Amino acid sequence: MKRILALAIIGLILLVLIVRVAQGEMPNPFTDLEGFGIWFAALLTLAIISFLYDDNPVYKFAEHLFVGVSAAYWMVMGFWSTLVPNLFGKLAPGWTMSLFLSERAELTRDPLWFMYFVPLAFGVLLLLRLTPKGGHLSRWSLAFILGTTAGLRLIAFLTADFMGQIRGTLKSVSGYTPAAIAGGATSYSFETMFWDLIAVIAILAALSYFYFSKEHKGAFGRFARVGIWVLMVTFGAGFGYTVMGRIALLVGRIEFLLVEWLQVL
Amino acid sequence: MKRTIPLLITGIVGAVLVIAYFIPHPPFDSLREDFSIFFDIIAAVAFILGGGNLIKMHGNRVSRREEGWGYSLVTVVGFLVVLAIGLTKVGNPDGFRGSSVTAAGSLFDYAYQFVFRPCAATMFALLAFYVASASFRAFRAKNLEATILLLVAFTILIGRTFVGAWMTSWLPDSLHFLTIPYLAEKIMVVLNYAGNRAIMIGIALGIVSTSLKVIIGIDRSYLGSD
Amino acid sequence: MSRFYRIVEAINELDKRWVFLVVGLAVVTATIFRLTFPEVPTEMVEAIYEKVENLPAGSRVVLPFDYDPGSEPELQPMADAFVRHCAEKGHKMYFIALWPLGQSMVAGVIDNVLREEYPDLVYGEDYVDLGFKAGNEGVIAVILTDLKKLYTTDSRGNAIDRIPMMQGISSIRGFDLILSVSAGYPGLKEWVQYGGTPGNIPVAGGCTAVQAPLLYPYYPDQLLGLMGGIKAAAEYEYLVMEGYPKFKERPTRYLTALIRMGPQTVAHLSIVFFIVLGNVTFQILRRRRRRMN
Repeated sequence: MKRILALAIIGLILLVLIVRVAQGEMPNPFTDLEGFGIWFAALLTLAIISFLYDDNPVYKFAEHLFVGVSAAYWMVMGFWSTLVPNLFGKLAPGWTMSLFLSERAELTRDPLWFMYFVPLAFGVLLLLRLTPKGGHLSRWSLAFILGTTAGLRLIAFLTADFMGQIRGTLKSVSGYTPAAIAGGATSYSFETMFWDLIAVIAILAALSYFYFSKEHKGAFGRFARVGIWVLMVTFGAGFGYTVMGRIALLVGRIEFLLVEWLQVL
Repeated sequence: MKRTIPLLITGIVGAVLVIAYFIPHPPFDSLREDFSIFFDIIAAVAFILGGGNLIKMHGNRVSRREEGWGYSLVTVVGFLVVLAIGLTKVGNPDGFRGSSVTAAGSLFDYAYQFVFRPCAATMFALLAFYVASASFRAFRAKNLEATILLLVAFTILIGRTFVGAWMTSWLPDSLHFLTIPYLAEKIMVVLNYAGNRAIMIGIALGIVSTSLKVIIGIDRSYLGSD
Repeated sequence: MSRFYRIVEAINELDKRWVFLVVGLAVVTATIFRLTFPEVPTEMVEAIYEKVENLPAGSRVVLPFDYDPGSEPELQPMADAFVRHCAEKGHKMYFIALWPLGQSMVAGVIDNVLREEYPDLVYGEDYVDLGFKAGNEGVIAVILTDLKKLYTTDSRGNAIDRIPMMQGISSIRGFDLILSVSAGYPGLKEWVQYGGTPGNIPVAGGCTAVQAPLLYPYYPDQLLGLMGGIKAAAEYEYLVMEGYPKFKERPTRYLTALIRMGPQTVAHLSIVFFIVLGNVTFQILRRRRRRMN
C-alpha cells in the first residue's frame, strides 16, 4: 500500500512537471543545452539532498561525478592559467604563442629564461610521485614547496599576526575610535576606551590560559579561568556565525530550485 | 643523500625568503620573486599530480572490479570528459588559441555551470541540516562554560536577524546597551575579538617556531620514512 | 514510566530526519513568501561603504574573488554589490583570483553585472580580468613587488602591457584599495598578511560567516572593514540602495542578500527552537535521573 502511494505521488509530480514544461513555464530539457543543463543541475541537486534521508546509489553517482569533474577542473585551470603563460611561455614563448595562445599575448624571451628549467625540473620530479620507484625524488619538490611556504609564512605571521596584533591592542587602549585608527580624524571616546580596556583584559586572560609554563593556581589560576570564559564566548560566537553561514548556502540552493528550475517565483 | 638534498633545498629557499625581508636588495629581492613564481608553477603541477593520483586510484578499482567500481567508472569518465573539453577548449567562441578557457558558451563553462556548481553548492548546503541536527542533539548546557557558549550562540543567532532588534525594540534609549543587536555587536567586537586575537597570537608563535624548525632542518616529518 | 516522560524521551531521541524536514520546510516557506526585513548597517560595513564612496573616481581597486560555488549564495551578493558600487563611482577594477574557481566567479560578475548593467564600461580601460594563478599566498608575495613578472597576460590571453589600465603599473603597491571576497584559504587573511600589512595598502572585504569571527582581530588596524556572511551583504546592499536609489526598482536583482535574510531569519529561529527543545528535554531527564539515584 505504501509503495503504491509513493509511486502515485511520484507519478503526479512527474505529470505536473511535464505539463509545466509543455506549457513553457519551466526550462525545456529537449530543446536547448541551457534547458537540459538546468534540469541536470536540478536533478544533481536533488540527488545530493537525498543523502539526508539515507545513503543511496543516486547520491553516490552525483558524489563520484563531482569528484571527477572537480579534479579535472582544477587541472585545466592550473594548466591554462599558470603552466602555459608562466612556464611554457617563459621557456619557449614563440612556440607557446603559436600552439596555445594568440599573437595578442606578445610573449617575449626573458634574459634569464633558462632559470625556468628549475620549476620545470621540480614539476617533473613531483609527478614522479605517481611512479612506483620515483617517489623519493618527489621529496625535492616537496622540500622546495615547504621551504617557500615556511619562509613566507614565518615573516607574514610574525609581522601581521604577532606584531600587528600587539600593535593594534596597544593602539586601541589609547582611546582612538576606529575611524582614527584607520587614518581619519583624531578623536577621543570614553565608551570606546572602556570597551577596549575590557578587550585588553580579555586578551590577557585568554593568553594566560594558554600559558602552561606556570601552574594555574591562585590569582593566576582565577585569571586563567576568566580566560576560559572569554574563549567560550569566542566559540559561541563562532558557532552562531557558522550556523548563519551554512543556512545561507541552503537558502541559495532552495532559490535555485524554486526560481531557475521550477520557476514558481 | 636521499634526505640531505631535500633538507638543503628547504633550508636555502626558506633562508633566502627570510633574509629578503630584512635585505630587500639584489640578489635577495629578485630571488624572492623568482622562488615565489617557481612555487606558483610547482603548485600548478601539483594539480596535475592530484588528477593523476585520482585516475590511478579509481582506475585500479575499475580494472580490478573492486566493490563500488561502477562509481569509480563514473569518476574516471567525468574526469576524462571535462579534462578533454577543457584542454581542447571545445566550443570556445574564439577557438582554441583565442579566449579564456572559462569563456561563456564553451562546453567547459557548461560543465562548470551545470555539473560542478550545483554539486559543490548542494554539498555545502547539506551542512545546514547537519548543523541543525547537531545543535539539537549535542548542544547541552551541562556546566557553566557550556551555558556561556549556549547563551552567546543564542544572542548571535537572534541578534544577527531582524527578530533580535524587534524583541528589544521596546527598551528606551537609555537602556540601548541591553538590546540584543547591541549585545551581539559587543560580543563580536569586544569578547570574540579578544579571544580570537589571543588565539591568533598563539598560532603566530606556533607557525614561527614550526617554520624555523622546518628551515633549520629539525622538523623532517615532511620527508616521510625511507 | 509516566506518559509525560515517555514523550520527553521520544523528543530527546528524535530522528534527525524530522529536524531536517522542519528546517527544510522553514526555509522553503520563507523563500516562497519572500519575507523581507529592514536592515540596520553596522559600523564595519559602513566603514567599507564610506571608503569606496569617498575614493576619488578612477581609483585603482583590486578585487580578488577567492571563492567557489560552495560559498556563492553567501558571497555572490556582496561581490555584486562591490562591483556595482565601484562601477557607479567610476573606479578602475582589477579582478584577480587565487582560487581556480574564482576565475569563473569573476567571469560571472563581468557577464551578469558589468556587461548587462554598465555596457558603457570598456574592458581594459575600466576593468580587467587578470585571472587565476596557482600558488596561494605566493601569488600575493610576487605581485606586491612585480605584478607583470607573474601576470604576462590577462585571463583572455591579451599581453599585459597592451592593456591601457595596466600601463605604468609595476605592482599592487600604490593601489588605493584591496576589496577581497573570500571563502577560506587563501583569502582575505592572506591579503592582509602578505599584501596589506607589508605593502601598506588599505584592505577591506567580505568573507563567509564561518571565517568572519577569526578575522575580527584585524579590524580596524589592518582591515578597515569586514563583512561577515549574508547579513553583512544585506547591510551593504541596503547602503548601496540608499546611496543609489535606482537599485530599489528591481529588488530581486539588486537586493539578493536582503531577500535571502527572510529565510535566514526563519531558519535561525527554527534552530534556536531545536536547541531550546533539546536542552529542556535534557534538563527534565537529568533531574529525573538524579531523583531516581
